[in-house]
Parts: sequence; C-alpha cells; structure tokens
Amino acid sequence: MKIASKTVSAVSLVKEALEKAKKYAEYNVFVSLNEEEALKKAEEIDARIAKGENVGRLAGVPYALKDNFLSEEGNTTASSKILEPFHAPITSTAVSKIEAEGAIMIGRTNLDSFAHGSSTENSYFGPTLNSHDKTRVAGGSSGGSAVAVALDIVEFATGTDTGGSIRQPASFNGVYGLKPTYGTISRYGVVAMASSTDVVGFFTKTPDDMNLLMSIAAGQDSKDMTTLPDFYDEEPKTIKRIGVIKDFDNDAVDQDIRDALAHKVELLKSKGYEIVELEMPTLKYALAVYYIVVPAEVSSNLSRHDGIRYGYRSEDAKSLGEVYGKSRNEGFMPENKRRIMIGNFVLSSGFYDAYYLKAQKARTKIIEEYNKAFEKCDCILTPVSPNPAFHLGEKVNDPVAMYLEDVMSVPINLAGVPSLAVPAGETADGLSLGLQIVGPRRSDKTLIEFSKELEEANE
Amino acid sequence: MEITREDILHLADLSNFSLSEAEIDSLGNNLQDIIKYISQLDELDTEGVEPTYQVFEMENVWRDDEILGQDATPDELLATAPAEYQHQIKVPKVL
Repeated sequence: MKIASKTVSAVSLVKEALEKAKKYAEYNVFVSLNEEEALKKAEEIDARIAKGENVGRLAGVPYALKDNFLSEEGNTTASSKILEPFHAPITSTAVSKIEAEGAIMIGRTNLDSFAHGSSTENSYFGPTLNSHDKTRVAGGSSGGSAVAVALDIVEFATGTDTGGSIRQPASFNGVYGLKPTYGTISRYGVVAMASSTDVVGFFTKTPDDMNLLMSIAAGQDSKDMTTLPDFYDEEPKTIKRIGVIKDFDNDAVDQDIRDALAHKVELLKSKGYEIVELEMPTLKYALAVYYIVVPAEVSSNLSRHDGIRYGYRSEDAKSLGEVYGKSRNEGFMPENKRRIMIGNFVLSSGFYDAYYLKAQKARTKIIEEYNKAFEKCDCILTPVSPNPAFHLGEKVNDPVAMYLEDVMSVPINLAGVPSLAVPAGETADGLSLGLQIVGPRRSDKTLIEFSKELEEANE
Repeated sequence: MEITREDILHLADLSNFSLSEAEIDSLGNNLQDIIKYISQLDELDTEGVEPTYQVFEMENVWRDDEILGQDATPDELLATAPAEYQHQIKVPKVL
C-alpha cells in the first residue's frame, strides 16, 4: 500500500479519502463518515512517524468498515432501523487487529439490513449504486464496501460473507473479495447473521493487499471459540490442476460470464495448467439448503433484538409484549421479516424433519461433493453469480429471483471452504465481470497467490 | 404446501412481529414462493446420510475455569438501553 513508501502523510491520505467520499455522495456508499476521529488518528500517526516510531504495516491507510462490525467509533447500525441508535461499547477483534497496525476507518459502509440481501437495496438507508453504472445495483450484502474500494475512495474495506456477500459485490464492481475458510478471522463483535456460515473478509484492489490484510486479521481468538488455530502464514501450495464445474455451464448463466470463464480457462491451458471437468450434481440443491439453514439461524440470532437492552424501542409500545412486537416490526426491513419467519417455519414442529433436518443432510452431500472434487483438482474456477449487476428495482419485489443471485456462491459457505472473487474483465456495456477461485479448507493464501497467475494471464 | 393466513399469523407470533394487514398479505405471498422453492429439496435422496450442523473442524475448545475481564462495564452496557431508571433498564409494566 502507498503509505509504506512514506512519500505521503497520513493526514493527506485521510483528507483525500474523505473528500472522495463526499464527491461520490450520490452513490450512497456510507451510512456515516468518521471524519473527526479519522483526522485525529492520522495526525497521531504522522507525529509518531516524525519521531521515528514504528507505526505498523497499515499506518495511515484509510479504510471503510462494513456497518455490521462493532467499533467504538460511531454507531453500528447494520443498515437497520432497529440498530440505528446503537453505539457499541466494544470493538470487534477484526477491527482491533487492523487498527493496531495503523489503519484508519474513514466511514461505515452501507449493506442490506443485517446483511440480508444480494443488492444492498434492503438497506434502511436506501440502495448503494454500482460503481460502473449508476442505474444498477452494487450487489450485496457488502455493497457499500465493494463500491468504496472500486471508486478508489479507500485502499480496502471489510466485509462479511454468509452466502456471497463479499464475492458477489466484488464481482459486480471489479475488485478482489475474499471469503476466507470458515473460522479464519474472529467474528467477535460482528453482528451475527447465520453462525454456521458467517465469515469476515476483505475487499482490495490487489492480491498482495489481500494477503497483507489476511496475515494481520487471521488467527485464533479466545473471544470467538469458532476460530481455527493459526494457519494462514503456512507456505502456499502449488496449483497445477484447475477444476471447472460442468453443471454451471448452461443457459442459466449469462453468456458474457461464460465467455469470461472460457477465456481464462484457455489462458490457463496455454500456461500449462491442467483443466479438470467436474460433475457436481448436488450443487443445484445448495440454494434450497441455504434458504432453509440460514433463515433458521437468522431467526435465532435476531431474536436478541427485542427493544429492551439496546437499539430502537417503539414509542407506541404500552406493554412489554408491544415493546417486542412493535419494536421488531418497525425496526426490521421486510427481507429481515421474511427470513425470520421462514426460519421459524422450518424449525417449527411438524416441519423440522422435512425442511431443517433434510437440509442438513443435503449439506453433508454438498460437502462430500467438494471433498471429491478436491481429490481431482487443486482449485475450482467458477462464476460468482449467474449475471453481471442488474438494474435497481429489478428483483426487489421478487424474493426468490433475488435469492437465485446466490446460486453459485452459497455452496461454498455451506461447505466452509475459501473462495476468492477476482476481476475478469467487463461486458461491452462496461459492466464488471468476476470469477471465483474456490479451494479446499485452509487454502486461502494459495488462492490469493494463484490469482496473480490469472492476472498475468489476463494481460 | 399452502400457506394460510392463520399460518402467517402463527409465524408472526413466533417471530414477535405485530404485522399490519397489508404486510400479512404481502409476506404471505412471499413466503409461499420461498417455501415452494425450498421444497424442491424433496427430490434429493438423503437416505442414510448424517446431517452436518456446523463446518468447524474442532469439537470443544477448552480454557481454564477462571473469571476473565469483560470488554464493557455495566455502565457502558446500560447506556445502550433505550430507557433507564435508577441504574436499571426500564420497561413498561409487566404484571
């Protein structure tokens, strides 16, 4: 990152980032800006540099924080009405780690409320616009973070990915987005969505920046019992065999995306890589599995938002029951309500076996399919989503059409494996195209290193 | 399966939502579509397959049984509550 060269001051970088954030206000990237605190921190860093102190690997680098990470700077809203007044008394581990290296948060980015969505249109604060075409969606749920990096407002941004929420907006905006192996980065202090698939990750402009951020943020955390023992700094493996999934090569996928994949495959072949065709017939059920398992976990995780201990409380509530019912009804967006109600449906007696238990068995089959695939290849190259960025409003009234956006991203979360979304050119109309590189568990660094090969192949 | 108005009201009750009339209709239609979509899982043979509830590779993480420091003080936590009275969270009358 630029600051490493020490040719610019932290204050000038932060000022520049804040100016750009304001210049691009119409994109609705940020829920709030962190102007005062950011400038104060930048001054401190410049003063420490002047004294010759060691200031960390991200010293003075402006970044954007997805607004579902708790931090004591500003309110953590999760782009919802129910958390709009919430000022966190703690800071998430991921934020603590990157800020300990000197990174400076200049603003909190927009998302689909509680990360429920694939377009950032479900935000209480309105949609974020696509960086390449203002009439189209940013993708989601981490739409604000992806656009903040794509518009070059910041050097990097944080994200969370439960079913594609980093990778799909990354590919809609032409930046790198990593969904790490489940358990790589601590989720302490991150607003929970679905605990068995939620991961923390990043948006960057280059693979090297992604590698640096991962080496800083990854690692076991005593405050999150689902973090794996440290593994990120292990040597990356060599990739020789690339899998492509035959089941995704059909008319349901936009021709531009299929062409982009075919193009990369040809270039990899010319570089001596072996291409392995994979049949993964269970993947087509992954979306149904996802929209059973995730709502079930959502209904449980979001039951904590009760209008009692923190967040919004309805002013009309006269009784305790009304505090719950009215605060939740007024505080959640329609998509939050759909997911909570579907979750309660699949978990309720009489339906549990047919939906929830069935889905968890199907999940086993999906995991087995990945295990088998990774016996035949070292990584898999696939589209992220079936189409490039769609128009604002196009799918907002049809939840199932919106869910279908996630058809190629959710299987990865169900299996807990890592996937890196990489830019893969543009359509004739200038829309970003992206692909994802999926690897076995703990291959995060291998995927990042391998993505450089694709980048060179692209030139 | 058919989702009835009664089903929606029951799910709203389980979810603690005081839905408006308009929402009962619109959510009803949405939920019907979603349930139809997820029901396609019926086709998949899962006979004899064990369920997977989590993808974390470890079973238990142990630590010593000792009191650890908390990141937030009681005062800081109370400050997040919408209403406070005499150092306690205030709610409408319960009984």
